[in-house]
Amino acid sequence: MALAVEIPDRVDPYLDIDEYEPEADLMVLNLGPQHPSTHGVFHVKLFLDGEIIIKAVPYAGYLHRGVEKLCEKLMFTQITPIVDKNDYVSPMMNEQAINMAFEALLGVEVPRRARYVRTIEAELQRIASHLLWLGTFGMDLGGALGGGATIFMHCFRERESILDLFEEVTGCRFHYNTHTIGGNRHDITPGWADHVKQALDVIDQRIPEYESLMTGNRIFVERTRGVGVLKAELAMELGITGPMLRAAGVSHDLRRHAPYHAYDEIKVKVQTEKAGDSLARTLVRIREMSESSRIVRELIDNVPEGPICGHKPIKIATQERAQSGQAYACLESPRGELGTYVIGGGANKGASPYRLKIRPPSLHAVSCLPYVLPGHTVSDAVTILGSTDPIIGEVDR
Amino acid sequence: MKALAGISGFGGALLHGAVYGILIVTVLMTVTAWSIWFERKFSGRMQSRLGPTLVGPAGLLQPLADALKLLQKESIVPASADKALFRLAPPLTVLFALGTAAVIPFSPKVIAADLDVGVLYLLALSGLMVFPVWIAGWASNNKYSLLGGMRAVAQGISYEVPLVLAAMVPVVLSGSMKLSEIVRFQRHHGWFIAWPPGPGLLAFVLFFMASLAEANRIPFDIPEAESELVAGVTTEYTGMEFGLFYLSEYLHTLIVSAVAAALFFGGWDGPFAPGLFWMVLKTLLLFGSIFWIRWTLLRFRSDQLMVICWKYLVPGGLVLVMAAAVWVQFITPNQTATGMAPAAPSAVPAQPLFHEEVP
Repeated sequence: MALAVEIPDRVDPYLDIDEYEPEADLMVLNLGPQHPSTHGVFHVKLFLDGEIIIKAVPYAGYLHRGVEKLCEKLMFTQITPIVDKNDYVSPMMNEQAINMAFEALLGVEVPRRARYVRTIEAELQRIASHLLWLGTFGMDLGGALGGGATIFMHCFRERESILDLFEEVTGCRFHYNTHTIGGNRHDITPGWADHVKQALDVIDQRIPEYESLMTGNRIFVERTRGVGVLKAELAMELGITGPMLRAAGVSHDLRRHAPYHAYDEIKVKVQTEKAGDSLARTLVRIREMSESSRIVRELIDNVPEGPICGHKPIKIATQERAQSGQAYACLESPRGELGTYVIGGGANKGASPYRLKIRPPSLHAVSCLPYVLPGHTVSDAVTILGSTDPIIGEVDR
Repeated sequence: MKALAGISGFGGALLHGAVYGILIVTVLMTVTAWSIWFERKFSGRMQSRLGPTLVGPAGLLQPLADALKLLQKESIVPASADKALFRLAPPLTVLFALGTAAVIPFSPKVIAADLDVGVLYLLALSGLMVFPVWIAGWASNNKYSLLGGMRAVAQGISYEVPLVLAAMVPVVLSGSMKLSEIVRFQRHHGWFIAWPPGPGLLAFVLFFMASLAEANRIPFDIPEAESELVAGVTTEYTGMEFGLFYLSEYLHTLIVSAVAAALFFGGWDGPFAPGLFWMVLKTLLLFGSIFWIRWTLLRFRSDQLMVICWKYLVPGGLVLVMAAAVWVQFITPNQTATGMAPAAPSAVPAQPLFHEEVP
């Protein structure tokens, strides 16, 4: 079905609201910060003409915790558990991103076994994160008391099996603190590979089920097709990466184009779609789950022998010092390019970063809202916000 | 009920109505309360969880616990709300929902008021359901409530049309607006869901869809879309006032199922068991299928809802009414409720408003 109004090529996000049809009876609706569908405490101020949005102003910062400043006081090895809480849907990725930057800064080599384990963990985390996204997106469309909740519960069931796998290795279901500079703290346990394969067998079976529940559902397709179209050009201007960019037709995936971990030893198939709407984003994410599952299956039996960490764990805390230098490292998190920029030589005689900057993909993703929302209805605002997969802990840090 | 048989005339009808009315309302309220338990269990199973288990055996006392909790809660009226209207809306919704129950034939005897214009009365009351929702949306003085109320009015008024058109099909086919008469007709000539082939089934689908929209159930629950409008019109309501909205929603759904059972599934008609059993069974099956739909489907957008209504359902309804008229006029011209040829229209005696039931 057609959209309510024609959307011009590029919306002016700085529209002067006083200039807009002085006669029109405008309504200001604050979507959030306390709203069931803002995925946390995100706040979008919507200027409505009837139910049509004419201007949208997103406000971030309700969940600002000063993580980057806090990191300047902590030693390199103490930072990992702090950044776990940034993107609280994929903590593995945060740990890996920050430790990759430290390893680059300090010139520490990661053993091959650790790189393999990191890759497997990252891909499992990607599946878990996308499953959570799929569930909450269903809730955005179908309500917490309806079909959406059914999708949500089913996705959580499968996500749980992945968290169980992580628990087996790290002892934690969520905020793992398993990565450290130069490797992993916890080696994979014997028999873990079989458990992973068992879990993946179930997930591989169920992903097509979810696909049919969502994309095979006429209502879902009507609600998402042509909603929130993000052109590739605008996406690149705003620095949007990850599934949102790939859904707009740009084949960009750091796993393929700037390999890290063990990705240079395997072939990652980049999933792209052309339309750039909410439906395309859903399709890309669902296919990425299958792709991640394939990657894990390829790696799980070939984990090389050797040490899991290049250092003696106890000494790490006092060993690592960097008097100068800077480094940037990034990886492909479920939401896009998660980068860390770090300048060494800070407090604790150089054992802390002088300055640390995290580049969160979610912040860039939600920055498209002022461009994309105008012309849609309030219902679509929820759909679009959901389809950007925002993690507010990461947006605000 | 032998004592009632001796009293005739208007007084008898009134007494009959009062006795059965109280009976039906009591049973309906109870069924509604436990239908919430059933829905929670049902949805739990659908979502691979257990549903309520702690209060009573298998969580059976959960509705009582819920009601007690709601009754204990303070009923807060927002400072900027229109107090009188704010208080008025919740009882009104329950009143209108219960009012429709009066004409539903649960068995040849169990009808509170077997009106000759039963279908008209039913549709009129369900049309009134829009008012309390709008009153609540307006009086709350909250933007989400207002948007919810606006959507509810647009949806209620639009879906009234296909609902009426769909209900017209059984009326045309049976030649009566009296619900018991419609059921008797189906007893003799087959249920409308199956016979005449085509219009009956399609009219049922149309009626069911429009009723879902009228009762604000998924996929048409736009007025209280909790992911967009927080809780729609009920955002500002607390305690039992919220509970009344909740109750009326379930009540409305239950009554809609009962009406659909009477109009299309032959009401109390069925072999072996007493009529009441069949009517209740059919109602509950339809009621359950509404839950099934609710926990499976996603929600439409409000403009899509309007498109579905005005572009597909309303023309479809008109075609169905025409088809039913053609069927009655040209294919089966000599059918009545008892299977005999009808008397000439002028010979039909004037019917009293309250019809005396002859068992």
